Amino acid sequence: MCGIVGLFLKDKSLEPQLGAMLSDMLVIMTDRGPDSAGIAIYGAPADGRAKLTVQSAKPTTDFAGLEALLKAADASVTVELKSTHAVIETDAAQASVVRDLLAQERPDIRVMGSGDSVEIYKEVGLPKDVVSRFGIRAMGGTHGIGHTRMATESAVTTLGAHPFSTGADQCLVHNGSLSNHNNLRRELVREGMTFETQNDSEVAAAYLTAEMAKGKDLGEALTSALDDLDGFFTFVVGTKSGFGVVRDPIACKPAVMAETDQYIAFGSEYRALVNLPGIENARVWEPEPATVYFWDHEKAA
Amino acid sequence: MNVSLKRESLEAMRTFDLATTPLRDLNSALHTIAPGTNDTNFEVVNPRGSHSVAVGIDQPVTVEVRGSVGYYCAGMNDGGTVTVHGSAGPGVAENMMSGTVVIEGDASQYAGATGRGGLLVIKGNAASRCGISMKGIDIVVRGNIGHMSAFMGQSGHLVVLGNAGDALGDSLYEAKLFVRGEVKSLGADCIQKEMKPKHLRLLAELLDKAGVTDVKPEEFKRYGSARTLYNFNIDNADAY
Repeated sequence: MCGIVGLFLKDKSLEPQLGAMLSDMLVIMTDRGPDSAGIAIYGAPADGRAKLTVQSAKPTTDFAGLEALLKAADASVTVELKSTHAVIETDAAQASVVRDLLAQERPDIRVMGSGDSVEIYKEVGLPKDVVSRFGIRAMGGTHGIGHTRMATESAVTTLGAHPFSTGADQCLVHNGSLSNHNNLRRELVREGMTFETQNDSEVAAAYLTAEMAKGKDLGEALTSALDDLDGFFTFVVGTKSGFGVVRDPIACKPAVMAETDQYIAFGSEYRALVNLPGIENARVWEPEPATVYFWDHEKAA
Repeated sequence: MNVSLKRESLEAMRTFDLATTPLRDLNSALHTIAPGTNDTNFEVVNPRGSHSVAVGIDQPVTVEVRGSVGYYCAGMNDGGTVTVHGSAGPGVAENMMSGTVVIEGDASQYAGATGRGGLLVIKGNAASRCGISMKGIDIVVRGNIGHMSAFMGQSGHLVVLGNAGDALGDSLYEAKLFVRGEVKSLGADCIQKEMKPKHLRLLAELLDKAGVTDVKPEEFKRYGSARTLYNFNIDNADAY
């Protein structure tokens, strides 16, 4: 079991409440998995700026003087500390230089996610504690996904928590277990992908990243996943402007979706959706097996 | 007649608001009904997707659930009448023994699984594995059903006014299946069978019991077991 949620807003007036809405959805799913929890929030990207969400097991030492250190690579760097995580904002053109400096000077710091808009927070512990230590409720954004984990395939660690991010502004949450992830990981490593964990879900995320790098959009990448991934999965996936859902053909991992004029929402169970505005009159349905659902803010606009 | 009407109106419906009352209070109340009592009408408000609403009923009570429920609603029902004015999560009416369960909306996977008796009516669609391992339950679905429905069904009836997904009736025993729409594919050892007059009469009874009046038994096709996989035969190894 695991609990997964996702929310893709259509109504801009709800954007300031994204973090609060998604937090509520995830906390309700706590009894589906108590091991670790995580949320990815897509905020408004700022022109010419890039974001890096990092994590440390020893934040007091690793984050000490971090901003001053990174300013050597990019004078415009800002670092916002949030418990065990920090969000580093840089000039987009300098992002890779900053990242190299970070890896060199603070090798124990792990990158949770990077891109123009995504921020990813995940830790061992209950959803209520994870959302409160990172102040998720106060965050606004356009869309986001969340996960509460009951571990089966790899260790209960921060890095083993979801969402998994393997490409810029891409992330994935997974309920299920893959059976061909070791083989697929070897193939992806050969194509140049790198992996942080032995986790099956990270392989699914990296697979989608690799497919999108070949020019596919999220919907097309998810369609390929149905052919190439073996096992049980309900995935909810975010990109900079997109939001996708797919279930394996057996579809034993639960999923419920709701759509109104204001949002598209996903929950492992209907319970996760009951506090959303207008849910009483929403179109509520169970996503079909082996069927890709995909929305994009940019394509809609 | 006036007297009995007056009596009925005096019998207050007991309402449980699950926004403020623990689920266990509802289910305990349903489990402690003395045989023969008249106090048998229950209403549940704000179920908000709760699990195990009205499970284990063993008296002829009536439960009206105002909203959608989560896993295992009305599971093991033995004689109760449960109506969900909303949709139901996985495993609704699982292992029902007798009574009636009506879902006004949709039902998620394995609705009516392993049911031994009673009637389950789903007015919307049912997802995958509807009636899996059914053992005597009657299930009537107005909409469509998902893949692997009636898998290993042993007895009882599954009536579908809409379409059925892949692998209908895989490894079927003696459950009888009636589908009005398209069947995407039949499972191993499930075949279409002739609709004889006795089957039309049976289907008419089932539709009547479920309150379906707008379709005719003649519009359905009948499916059942080819009975070639009952006992293991090495020549059938590929079919398992």
